Amino acid sequence: MADVLVYLAATLAGVAFVLALIRFILGPSSADRIIAFDSLTIISITGIVLVALAEGRGIYLDVALVYALLSFLGVIVVARYIERGF
Amino acid sequence: MSSLLAVVGGILLVGGTAFLLFGAIGLVRMPDAYNRLQAGTKTTTLGTLLSLAGVACLHPEWALKLLLIGIFLLFTNPLSSQVLARAAHRIGVKKAPQTVVDRLEEDLAEKDLGARP
Amino acid sequence: MTPMLIGMSLLLAVTMVVAGVLATRPSQALSISILAAGLVSLLASVQFLLLAAPDVAMTEAAIGSGLTTFLFFFVLGRIRGGDRD
Repeated sequence: MADVLVYLAATLAGVAFVLALIRFILGPSSADRIIAFDSLTIISITGIVLVALAEGRGIYLDVALVYALLSFLGVIVVARYIERGF
Repeated sequence: MSSLLAVVGGILLVGGTAFLLFGAIGLVRMPDAYNRLQAGTKTTTLGTLLSLAGVACLHPEWALKLLLIGIFLLFTNPLSSQVLARAAHRIGVKKAPQTVVDRLEEDLAEKDLGARP
Repeated sequence: MTPMLIGMSLLLAVTMVVAGVLATRPSQALSISILAAGLVSLLASVQFLLLAAPDVAMTEAAIGSGLTTFLFFFVLGRIRGGDRD
């Protein structure tokens, strides 16, 4: 029962990833692409947690924490850059 | 007992990823950058937190690390969305015709009016 | 590897190719190219995680995505002025 639900959750996250990627490709302005980048990284944090769940190794959650920190840093840096050129 | 916890965890996980999917659909279908920001950051915050709660139900011994990731996301995600919205407003991203309320514009106009005399 | 992880790896590989093509497209702002290159690094770290190497994944995320993106934007902000971006 729980395995089926985990598979369903992975499928839903994969579809969400594809849709955010479509916005990353299409996005008319720079701001749209940065928003899509933000969503892609947050969806992949859920993906990392699902990988940790499938492999059963708790050490993978540390990678999720580092990943969240670095994606946040990237979004802040690029927003600051397009706002006033660092 | 533990199987009940597993089912609850699975349902929370599916609910969280469903929120991620709704957010991504909104990201594709919304008309302009500000609405996409609204759809793309708020729903993904809730979706990720629900998914982390679901995994914490499935593996109770990971709960502390998952709580740490959740608190971190809860603090950083609205901050990055606010910074992005301000940057998009300042570089002059166009609004769609459906978007009518712009409080930042009103505030800036008010400040200009007050500073002029 | 279970089928779920293989599907996830394929999806990540296709996304990395798309982001790489997007990074080399000349008709867009330079900041978006750097952001797409950073996205390639971030997804590469998830691929390393799928290959059961969490330490390599952490290093890739820190160096390839964080430090390189930050350095590119810092230098670009310093030398900006002559040409458009």
